Amino acid sequence: MGLFEKLRIKLRSIFGKKHVRIGIYGPPNAGKTTLANRISRDFTGDVVGSVSEIPHETRRAQKKDNVIIKDGSALLTIDIIDTPGIATKVDFHNFMEHGMDEEDSRRRAKEATEGVIEAIRWLDNVDGVVLLMDSTKNPFTQVNVTIIGNLEARDLPVLITANKIDLDGSSPATIKSAFPQHDVVPISALTGYNMEMLYDVMVKLFGKSRRK
Amino acid sequence: MAETKVNLISHQKLESMTADEKIDYILGEVKHGEVMILERGLTPEEQSKLIEKTMKEINPDKFIGIEMESYREDGKLNWLQKMMGKIRPPRMTVIGPADKLKTIQKDNDIIKTVILGR
Repeated sequence: MGLFEKLRIKLRSIFGKKHVRIGIYGPPNAGKTTLANRISRDFTGDVVGSVSEIPHETRRAQKKDNVIIKDGSALLTIDIIDTPGIATKVDFHNFMEHGMDEEDSRRRAKEATEGVIEAIRWLDNVDGVVLLMDSTKNPFTQVNVTIIGNLEARDLPVLITANKIDLDGSSPATIKSAFPQHDVVPISALTGYNMEMLYDVMVKLFGKSRRK
Repeated sequence: MAETKVNLISHQKLESMTADEKIDYILGEVKHGEVMILERGLTPEEQSKLIEKTMKEINPDKFIGIEMESYREDGKLNWLQKMMGKIRPPRMTVIGPADKLKTIQKDNDIIKTVILGR
C-alpha cells in the first residue's frame, strides 16, 4: 500500500465518514452470513444469503448496500460485504462427511478455494472489518492472526465479535485475552442477543458517531 | 513409516528474497511434504498472499492446503511509523502440508503440533 493510500485512510479515520463499506470476515462456520442477515433484517427487512452447517456455504462475497444502522440519535450507513470463510486448507472429504456426494463435494471444494481468494482480495476495498469468531472454539488460529495482522498493517478499524454465546462452552473472555488491544463484543447472531451493543460499537468505531 | 523432513530456515535466507520468492520457495517445499520452521515468519501481507497462492495450488487428490501457525508480532507501531512503511518483525512460524502437520494446541505462548506418519 502506498504512502498516499495510507494517508487517505488515516485522514478518513480522523474526520469520520458518512458511508462505509464493512467486511464481515472470519473462518468458515463462524456465523458470518447469519450476522449479515441479522444486521440486514434488523434495518432493511431483507436477508443477504443462505446459511448452512456445512462449511463454506458462502463461496462468493455477498453485498447488501445502504444499510442504515441507528443507535440512539447516531446513524451510520454501511455497505455490508459478507465474505467467504478464510481457510488455509480445503479438503473435499470434509463435505462428504456432511452427507454430500463426491461430485458435489469436489465442486464445493473448488468453489471454496476461489471464495477464499475473493475474501482476501476484498481486504483492499473495505473501510473496516467485523471479525467474527466462534466463541466455543480456540481463537488463537492462524486465520484470525493473519486477518488482524493485515488490518493493523492497513490501519483499518476492526471489531472482534465473539459469536455463538448462546451455546454451551462459549468463552468470549478467551477471545478478549487473545486480542486485548481490540474491542470484543459477545453476541449471538442467531438469537439476536446483545445486537444493540454491537450496533453501538459499530457506529462509534466505524462512523465516529455522526449526529442528526 | 515414511520420514518427514523438517527444515529450520534462518531469517537471513528469507530476507534475501522478495515476497513472491519467499512464497514460491515455502509452497514448493511444503508441496513436497516438507515441514518448514521459519526463524522469522512472514508479514501479514505475505501470509495472506501465501494463503491465496495455496488456494490456487490445491489439488483435491494431491494437495489439500497448508497448516501454518505463528505468534503475533510484538509491540505496537504508531500511525506515522505505519505510514513510513515500518513493520513489526514477524515471529517464528511453522508451515507444513495440511495432511501431515496438525496443530494440537496453540495460545499466546506455545504452539504444539504433530507430524502424522503414513
